[in-house]
Amino acid sequence: MSLALDLFTIVAVTLGAIFFLAGTVGLLRFPDTLTRLHALTKADNLGLGLVVLGLLPQATAPFGWIGLIAVWLLALLSGATVGQLLAEAVRPPEWDQARTPDASPVGHPNAPEASSHD
Amino acid sequence: MTAFLLGAAAFILGTVALGLVRILRGPGNADRMLAAQLLGTGGVAALLLLGVATGVGSVSEVGLLLALLAAFGSVAFVTGAGRASEAPAADSAAGTQGAARSEPE
Amino acid sequence: MTSALVVDAALVLLVLGLALWITAARAAYGAAVGFVAYGLLLTLIWVRLAAVDVAMTEAALGSGLTGLLLLGAAARLAPYEAAEHQRRPGLGLRVLVGVLCAAIAAGLAAVVLLLPDPAPSQALAVAAHLPATGLGNPVTGVLMAYRAVDTLLESVVLVPALIGVWSLSTEMGWGGRPGFLTPWRSGSALPLLARVLPPFGILVGIHLVWAGADDPGGKFQGAAVLAAMWILVMVAGLREPPRVSDRLMRFLLVVGPLCFIGIGAAGIRLAGAFLAYPEAYAKPLIIAIEVGLTISVTAVLGLLLAGPPVPEPQYQRQSRRRS
Repeated sequence: MSLALDLFTIVAVTLGAIFFLAGTVGLLRFPDTLTRLHALTKADNLGLGLVVLGLLPQATAPFGWIGLIAVWLLALLSGATVGQLLAEAVRPPEWDQARTPDASPVGHPNAPEASSHD
Repeated sequence: MTAFLLGAAAFILGTVALGLVRILRGPGNADRMLAAQLLGTGGVAALLLLGVATGVGSVSEVGLLLALLAAFGSVAFVTGAGRASEAPAADSAAGTQGAARSEPE
Repeated sequence: MTSALVVDAALVLLVLGLALWITAARAAYGAAVGFVAYGLLLTLIWVRLAAVDVAMTEAALGSGLTGLLLLGAAARLAPYEAAEHQRRPGLGLRVLVGVLCAAIAAGLAAVVLLLPDPAPSQALAVAAHLPATGLGNPVTGVLMAYRAVDTLLESVVLVPALIGVWSLSTEMGWGGRPGFLTPWRSGSALPLLARVLPPFGILVGIHLVWAGADDPGGKFQGAAVLAAMWILVMVAGLREPPRVSDRLMRFLLVVGPLCFIGIGAAGIRLAGAFLAYPEAYAKPLIIAIEVGLTISVTAVLGLLLAGPPVPEPQYQRQSRRRS
């Protein structure tokens, strides 16, 4: 039984680590910010989730399980929020105008950046 | 098992640290924020692995704290970015304002 | 052992490289984002150094409040940044600053390298006398019993810091609401986060204060988490920051230091010295001080980030524009 649980841990944690690797590769290789955001949330949700799943058999008391699952749920919540917030911040202003023609571009956080080539 | 968990922690930390190249390269500040977020998530995973491997519960608690406050960096980012675009001088031609937008590539 | 060494070396190189980049970066906003990542790396390094209390402080302050403060400041300064870059100081001044910085770095390095081995330490004395305080966490023991004067001054100094921020207010703004954290925009995911996260955050914050007696944690870590939750609610626009003239809020700002000073003064009578605790009541008194300080530190941190008060019309205009 213990061997089976250990095997389960190894498989799940390894899969989780692979998702972290995939998230990093995506962050470095994807062409624009919105697609990179996609890579990040995969690592958040699946990578951390699989690591937590794999650690469950190794955690001791029921409180250890609750703590691990709480960490994952918190990461899911913040990952989802961060995705929305950053996507809103980098969304090109034209998209807003196409959707709501009367929306004023003033006050949108997407002022153009000129000095990023450093 | 302990060795495996520690190795996994080191591997995850190493991969997300590679993502910090995005902080150097940008191009936009939002991309830098993404790298910081990925480092945060990877740090949480590494701390959980470390906490279970060493049996020190308080290490996992640091992970819990990081997960709880994970969204704060981005909340601060968008709040600051919104403020920059509304600053009185934001309409000038200086062009340094506006922090979130990435350059078209 | 060797793999741990590799991880430690990698962490140190990363944190040094990131620090260099932050210093050299030309745009303040990008540098502030880098500083958020820097705080995360420091948290991991403190854990590796087995200083979990410090790691918790860094996690709570570095990833929560410092980012908000620095990014907000960088955003406000952004319009003036280009002009500032054009006024480049002369070569002589830059060389002088570089030489002075290098001298300070060399001095620090010399101090660290010349430390006697083993370094002088009171750790054994603390471990021997900890049972008398009724606490299990030596860090809390040192902060609340053996170095209580330091802790008292640290908690009192937060109030003058807040007064300093408030004094930046204009004549018209005095008595109004702090204007730095006006809500961002509605219709985003932020209000949802600000509704769901605080219950968990408050639970974790109180847990950190309570567990701080015996495990890593304590009032500053707990208060930083609680303040972060309050700030989240203010940024999302669910609650307005209180007016600086609010009497209840002003009472909460000073209740912790007052409680600390009161119990400390009573110690002159009951235990023979300022800030000494009577043996039998050491733990309940320490917990009372910790609770009072948690309330005050939370209030001060929240209001520090909320910034100086602004005139009511300006506050209303900002809120409207963003929502």
